[in-house]
Amino acid sequence: MEFLRPRSVREALETFQKTPGALALAGGTDFMVGWNMGLLNGKTVVDLSRIAEWKGIEAGKTGVRIGSLVTHAELQRHPLIRREFPLLVEACALIGAIAIQNRGTIGGNIANASPAADTFPSLAVYEAVVHTASPQGRRAIPFLGIFAGPKKTHLRPGELIEAIEIPYARPRPSAAYFRKVGTRAAQALSKTVAAGLLWLSRGKTVAESRFALGSVAPTIRRARKAEDYLRGRKLTAETVGRAMDLVEAEIAPIDDVRSTAAYRFAVSKNLLKEFLECRPR
Amino acid sequence: MPAVGTSARRYEGPEKLSGRALYLDDHDIPGCLFGVTLRSEIPRGRIKNVVFDRAFPWSECVVATAEDIPTNIVALIEDDQPLLADGIVRHALEPIALIAHESREKAYEALRFVRVEYEELPPVLTIEDSLSRREILYGSDNVFKRYLVRRGDVEKGLRESPVVVEGEYRVPHQEQAYIENNAMAAWWKDGALTVMGSLQCPYYVHKAMKKLFGLSDGQVRVIQATTGGGFGGKEEYPNMIGGHAAALARKAGRPVKIVYDRSEDMAATTKRHPAIVRHRTGLSRDGRLIAQDIQVLMDGGAYVTLSPVVLSRGTIHAPGPYECPNVRVDASVLATNTPPNGAFRGFGAPQTLFAAELHWEKIAAATGIDSLSLRRKNAFREGSVTATGQVLKESVGAREVLDLAVGKSGYLKKRSSYKRWNRDPKKPCWKGIGLALVHHGGGFTGSGEVYLASRAAVSIGRDGLVRVLAASTEIGQGTNTLFSQIVADALGLPRDLVAIENPDTAKVPDSGPTVASRTCMVVGGLLRRAADDLRSALLEAAGGSIPQSRSKLRQAAVRLCAGEKERRFEASYEPPAGVHWDDKSYSGDAYAVYSYAAVAADIEVDKTSFEVRVRKITTAQDIGRAINPLLAAGQVTGGTAQAVGWALYENVVMKNGRMTNPQLTNYIIPTALDTPPMDVILVEKPFSGGPFGAKGVGELPMDVPAPAIAAAVHQATGILIPELPLIPETLHRYHDQTQRQR
Repeated sequence: MEFLRPRSVREALETFQKTPGALALAGGTDFMVGWNMGLLNGKTVVDLSRIAEWKGIEAGKTGVRIGSLVTHAELQRHPLIRREFPLLVEACALIGAIAIQNRGTIGGNIANASPAADTFPSLAVYEAVVHTASPQGRRAIPFLGIFAGPKKTHLRPGELIEAIEIPYARPRPSAAYFRKVGTRAAQALSKTVAAGLLWLSRGKTVAESRFALGSVAPTIRRARKAEDYLRGRKLTAETVGRAMDLVEAEIAPIDDVRSTAAYRFAVSKNLLKEFLECRPR
Repeated sequence: MPAVGTSARRYEGPEKLSGRALYLDDHDIPGCLFGVTLRSEIPRGRIKNVVFDRAFPWSECVVATAEDIPTNIVALIEDDQPLLADGIVRHALEPIALIAHESREKAYEALRFVRVEYEELPPVLTIEDSLSRREILYGSDNVFKRYLVRRGDVEKGLRESPVVVEGEYRVPHQEQAYIENNAMAAWWKDGALTVMGSLQCPYYVHKAMKKLFGLSDGQVRVIQATTGGGFGGKEEYPNMIGGHAAALARKAGRPVKIVYDRSEDMAATTKRHPAIVRHRTGLSRDGRLIAQDIQVLMDGGAYVTLSPVVLSRGTIHAPGPYECPNVRVDASVLATNTPPNGAFRGFGAPQTLFAAELHWEKIAAATGIDSLSLRRKNAFREGSVTATGQVLKESVGAREVLDLAVGKSGYLKKRSSYKRWNRDPKKPCWKGIGLALVHHGGGFTGSGEVYLASRAAVSIGRDGLVRVLAASTEIGQGTNTLFSQIVADALGLPRDLVAIENPDTAKVPDSGPTVASRTCMVVGGLLRRAADDLRSALLEAAGGSIPQSRSKLRQAAVRLCAGEKERRFEASYEPPAGVHWDDKSYSGDAYAVYSYAAVAADIEVDKTSFEVRVRKITTAQDIGRAINPLLAAGQVTGGTAQAVGWALYENVVMKNGRMTNPQLTNYIIPTALDTPPMDVILVEKPFSGGPFGAKGVGELPMDVPAPAIAAAVHQATGILIPELPLIPETLHRYHDQTQRQR
């Protein structure tokens, strides 16, 4: 295995241009799994950990810009993130275990494109934007637009994630919801993972709702049909039930070694219900 | 100050804490090659050809196949299992060939350059499939072993019972998940073989090596390296991997080490036997047992290995710790084309006790009498007669542990308050509390201990050092510490003057295997007797009192050794007086004594996710005298955690006879966050036949939590789920079915 360690963004982009097919290494938490299984033998690896420009969190007027190499642990500790994006903090606190949270990065998590990634539902409902850099220039891609399938993104060869921008949710939501249903309390992969934001109008009707689910389709899903349906309606047992039915049509879970499609359907609907009922757990 | 009864510090604790303890892979053996195993891809078939791709430099490797094994049999109970498949494979991952290379990476790479061509045969993958006898894998009927236990007249009893309750229960595989994977090394010198590794039973490996390579007792030496856990998983499998290392070393003329990685260890080595258990129970209207008709079916996997003895323990424990005048247990273990199942803490008892205990929930529903009253009415007491006709003469703590678990957990109050809670549909969870009561026989079943004829010794050297000589291994459970406490007190010496010899067949006698909750009770008893003999001799040599300092002890030892390097005092097993067992009728004193345990499991089921969370386990366990209370409580805590895993998380997913989730990422064992808080109460009803009154504790804690958790889930959800594991998917499936039926 060849191991390259660029010191700047420019060097990194050049390195990828010179060695097409090289693998980017950020925190390495999923990378190490593949390495252990012998899947990376003979590959060239580009370690991004020396790129200081991608390690900061900057507060702007309309949102925050998070460097792609910021770790899950750093996100949890950051006062602004804690105040503005509690769903991201909750998600980061449930990734793997503390050691993984110390190593894993938000950019690496996105580039890895696991359908089960725990931060994705939160980033989806906050409507994050992914900023990339490549020798051809910079791009801003809406979060949901970056994923092409399980473990696949629309990033071009040699294109790297440099930051994630998240707009502040204004007005502040009436309710925010995150829940990971994993295989156990820690060191767990998600069977279903959900995040939701809800804005209620004065008449207790839904002004807007956003609900996203992970692990139940090839990529992260926003429950658009349910969201559209709920707009302007009161949250009665009947409307909640109808929204749950609509969610069912928007996801495509499978049977795998971790769970079953039937269970994932049922729990996805229940999570929406729990979100809409704002029931404390 | 006596050591017995104190929570003395672990004998090997400092070595392990400081990282000085050497596990097999830590040993740097000069000139050692690394061995890997080529395994079957299919569950059943003929091997037509093994093709070694010329693209790999095979001259760098040593390759061994069935032809290289003088007697290609892994010695255990029957001679049906080859060390390397010879022409036919009977389960996926069966070893076919071995490759050794100087580099570990290259050895693994070499595996990619071997292709096996098969003629596939139809596999038998389940108990039902095996029972159908569509394909015959073993004997004339696929039955590896069958036992029949009879007491009274079951048919008559059932006919005369006003209430008859039937139930069927299923339990799955379970992986031992020790911290250290299987690992063995072997080397040859002048025709003699030395095998070292991570193992529970040095003399099992000794016997297996003799048979494989046609060696005499003196030509085989087996040494235990520091071992990172066993739980039964290193009872029989070291015979296999040790044989593999020895075969490669023999061909290479150099030492060979084999260390499995986690995936290989999980997929290829033994697991707990899956089982189906059926009960037909006759009772009086007031809940007294009249008849128990029990059928037990276990999945043995592709070879006999230890299945007959696992089944035996399962059979004898199947009725539970209750007196019943008419009992029939009809038990069989069947052949399938899956990796052989084997020893795992509890050894057949957790399977049958799960059924026996959860069945009380069904009986309670049928009779309208709660399961606690039913248990109290029928539980063993002194003088009770078991299904095998054994009269329980002493140390019967069944009722005490039940009452303690019930009292300490607040069972009755919670039972009724949860009933109210569950009526409210607005609550985010359902709550439940469930009970179980079990027994576990200490030592080998029936005449097993007599056949084993174990020996253990205590020696004193001219240097005054007292040594414990036993083949019982330290596998994390505290063997060394307990032995040093027992011997120190028997001699009247401070504990730090007693040393433990490392299990090494060149140095220690055959004390039998480190299994069956027998180490403290049986081997500890032998050591106590050996130490008593040493004490008498020492008293004589020292002029009537035991020296308490190292220097005075040395003076007495010099006199005692009389010119020899050391004096050795050995004891061998003698069955307690009045104990009888008949193998033919499978009746009599099945075990010298039983230990008892009760659990109250307090749980919640999340209505959104169907996840079960255990809020609290309250357990009382009668283990006889606790030689070391902290270690004993550790056994209870650890065994409970392992049983919580079996009950709620651990799911071996088999596809075409092969485990598809052999990683700790996808085979879910509980983490610290999933392990419930526990209240552990030790009940010490002394047993006259054990050292200082000790009974067995190693396996008992594994038997009892699962049925208590299932009973609690029953109260919480109103659904009696007769299978494990109670993963959320299973709860959802049953819940969904129940909703549809309504």
